[in-house]
Amino acid sequence: MLRSLIRALTMGMFLALTAGAALAAPESRDPIKVTLHDWTGQLVTARIMGETLKKAGYNVDYVQADYLAQFAGMRTGDLTVAMEVWATTAKDAMDEAIAAGGVENVGETGMQAIEDWWYPSYMKEKCPGLPAWKALKDCAEVFSTPETAPKGRYLGGPVTWGGYDDERVQALDLPFEVVHAGTDAAMFAELQSAYDRKAPILLWIYAPHWAPIKYQGEWIKFPPYEKACYDDPVWGINKDAKYDCAKPRGPIYKAVWAGMKDKWPGAYKAVKAYAFDNKEIGELAAKVDLDGQKVEAVVDEWMAKNEDRWKKWLQ
Amino acid sequence: MSLTAVGEPAAERRRAPLGWLLWPALLAATVVLVSLPAGALPAWMTRYPAAWQVPVAAEISAFMRWLMESATFGVFTVRELTRGIAWVLDLPLAAAKAVLAGGIGWGRGAETVSLAPAIPWFSALIAGVAAGYWAGGARLALLMGAGLGYLAVFGQWPSAMVTLASVLVSSALGAAGGLLIGLACVRWRWVERAVSPLLDLAQTMPVFAYLLPMLILFGFGPVSAMIATIVYAMPPMIRVTTLAIRAVPPEIRELGAMTGCTRAQLTWKMLVPSALPALMVGVNQVIMLSLNVVIIASMIGAGGLGFDVLAALRRLDIGAGLEAGLAITVLAILLDRFAQALATKSARAPERDPERAARKRRLLTGAFWVAALLWLAAALKPDIAGYPEALRLSTAPYWNDLVRWINVTFFSTLEAIRAWAFLNLLAPVKRFALALPWVWVVALVGIAGYRLGGFRLAALTVALSLFIAAVGLWQVAMLTVYLCGLAVVVAALIGVAVGVASATRPRLWRAVETVIDLLQTLPSFVYLIPIVMLFRVGDFTALIAIVLYAVAPAIRYTAHGVARTPPALVDASVMNGCTRRQILTRVRLPLALPEILLGINQTVMLALSMLVITALVGTRDLGQETYSALAKADIGKGLVAGLCVAFIGIIADRLISAAAERTKRRMGLGR
Repeated sequence: MLRSLIRALTMGMFLALTAGAALAAPESRDPIKVTLHDWTGQLVTARIMGETLKKAGYNVDYVQADYLAQFAGMRTGDLTVAMEVWATTAKDAMDEAIAAGGVENVGETGMQAIEDWWYPSYMKEKCPGLPAWKALKDCAEVFSTPETAPKGRYLGGPVTWGGYDDERVQALDLPFEVVHAGTDAAMFAELQSAYDRKAPILLWIYAPHWAPIKYQGEWIKFPPYEKACYDDPVWGINKDAKYDCAKPRGPIYKAVWAGMKDKWPGAYKAVKAYAFDNKEIGELAAKVDLDGQKVEAVVDEWMAKNEDRWKKWLQ
Repeated sequence: MSLTAVGEPAAERRRAPLGWLLWPALLAATVVLVSLPAGALPAWMTRYPAAWQVPVAAEISAFMRWLMESATFGVFTVRELTRGIAWVLDLPLAAAKAVLAGGIGWGRGAETVSLAPAIPWFSALIAGVAAGYWAGGARLALLMGAGLGYLAVFGQWPSAMVTLASVLVSSALGAAGGLLIGLACVRWRWVERAVSPLLDLAQTMPVFAYLLPMLILFGFGPVSAMIATIVYAMPPMIRVTTLAIRAVPPEIRELGAMTGCTRAQLTWKMLVPSALPALMVGVNQVIMLSLNVVIIASMIGAGGLGFDVLAALRRLDIGAGLEAGLAITVLAILLDRFAQALATKSARAPERDPERAARKRRLLTGAFWVAALLWLAAALKPDIAGYPEALRLSTAPYWNDLVRWINVTFFSTLEAIRAWAFLNLLAPVKRFALALPWVWVVALVGIAGYRLGGFRLAALTVALSLFIAAVGLWQVAMLTVYLCGLAVVVAALIGVAVGVASATRPRLWRAVETVIDLLQTLPSFVYLIPIVMLFRVGDFTALIAIVLYAVAPAIRYTAHGVARTPPALVDASVMNGCTRRQILTRVRLPLALPEILLGINQTVMLALSMLVITALVGTRDLGQETYSALAKADIGKGLVAGLCVAFIGIIADRLISAAAERTKRRMGLGR
């Protein structure tokens, strides 16, 4: 036991020394708390950030936190860094927290969120007009189930994700019924089930995620999003309704506790500098979800290969 | 107004000799009301007017915000106080985690300096088997070995130890707290009067509803999860304590008084020890309930097996989810059997044969020494501490393939079943429930309360159902009633049938018991996702999940009640020439009816507690309200929706208990 103690101590000192030599010493020894959510892409981005901060000598803790409930923890400083705040799903929650005080938006990650109606490629045979959204008007029957017939069935995300799908169906006069999945686990369970049977399915899929990599398919082409479409009924095809267009493809932001800037200025800068793109994160996530590797292993491998990139964030 | 026109005569018949006509009349009135064309009733009757709504949710939110952000005792704020409590509670949790999972050392976050690793799996296995032998003999030792072996071989060890640590600490705190509150209830009547409605709420309110305030008050992380677990798991302990202490024979109290005990001595040296076997039942319940919320606790940072289950299911690795879920079941079984063995051991007279007792003790200490030495060895050579990766087993791929195979082969059959059930069962009941005018439902609940339990019960049920209407959640509440009600009916039908069939057949009963134990301890999320794959997102999936989870008490109580028929009565009916069938329908079933009703009561409670889980597969009822309130950080909305669930549960509980009490009295079974 004694030997391991000594070894641990020397290791700790060694690490502290080397880290100190390479980069500036951390401003506070308190742990920086990085939130982890429940989708793999986020686990990868959060861990890459955390490991980078660790290399700079910061004390990093990973904390499981609900995606939307985390802002309550961030306002009080219980949580420090949230690496993925999607403009499409959590912008409102973040803006609210920023307005209430205690949270700061530190800019885009460089990733672009896509969240829209998606179908597997084999559906093109049954509904040749796809991916144009107008084809859905004629193919509703193909996508229908006993509950929704004669209307088609569209599997939307959990109610909490928002997305205005019910309004979109109304505005574009689509003969579809929106069924909300409660979690994305349930959503992808249904996709997997339908995909195995080559059965019809139309659902909400988002990227960066492993699903559009694992399954062959396309997003429906709605009239492209413009801000006016969500604000002004007159815009677009339906003159009396908003939401007659695709969902916005928004950036994914990073958010931090407002006190971070003063407590760990160096780490704050690193979080601000951090950047990635969809493809890279999607591929890393696929390594975890499709090849069954551990998140930690994937991140370690990336850290070893891309030293120049994370070093740049720390400068 | 047509409502009063139909309602009045029915109400009048209440006291008339034709009392048995009341229920058919009410039913007929209900059917008439539902089938009335739209617009026949004034709008305020069918839909609760928005103008009458009381903005309770907004006020609760505002109050909580004040409480958490500005309330102060002068010297320190409320939040500082709660944070202090969280810090204190974190100490035992951190200690248990260090020993079992993380390793002993100091420092925070990544800079922890490790002093010794966590107890390695082989030491824990040896110690567990020895403790099992000491408490319950060779059988328990074998069970311990098999269970802990499963955790190690299937690679669940590290997560299982994190879960074990938090379950042990929260159970210990829950049991101790429950004991103290229970004793206070026995001693001071006003405490009991204050506590008992809170117990009802704590048991019926979905955990999601109070998770958010906890997160804000106690901080994000394992401590909040643990406090939520304790709130959920403590009530049975309090109830059991009050019952058990009151049931201590008066002779013991008198003896205490005669020998000049102080109050404290009487309580701790006489009452508590003599009530110990009964108290252990409460402890057992606390452990089981703590394991029930492992999944939900993992959503707010408790980690462990719950997180593994969620993570596996998110990437649709059903096999891995099942293995992690089974690990939770294994922990539940081991803890349950161990606690039971301790309880029977404390009730049994101590070992007569001094030599055997000494040998057992020697064996135990010897095993602990070996375990400790091995731990030391692992501390010096950390490479041997983990279970070797190469010897790890996993059945996950087979399970994944099995579900895929069922999906590809049988989907059309399953789809036909689902469509049939949806069109003929779910859809009509749903339409019916939503078409009921709220005024009429409130009246019905009141009449039922009056008939079964008199004026006080009627007042309670009417008040609670009016609350649901007044906060504007009537529609979602009716969706809840529809889904849970249907699930309870299905579960009761299955449960009573299976219970009756297995009550008089011990071998069948053993098989049934294993299955229902498994269904109750396996996290429902594990079977929820395969069900989604086979039956799609929707109410039918939710229905199956609720029935699977809630059927257990219906089976258990029915079997218990039927099996417990006094043998003299059975003998008498045999002598009177009853056939087997007659004995069952004329003697056993009627006598078991009160017990069956209690079982159904429990089924209702379990069905309501499943709502939060089914919200995860897209139901749109009160469960979804609490869940989305959590996601939107809307404290008031979550608490109000949670209260509505609790109130539905309390109404059902009071009505069914009153009915059980009445049938008991009618059959002369009153205690």
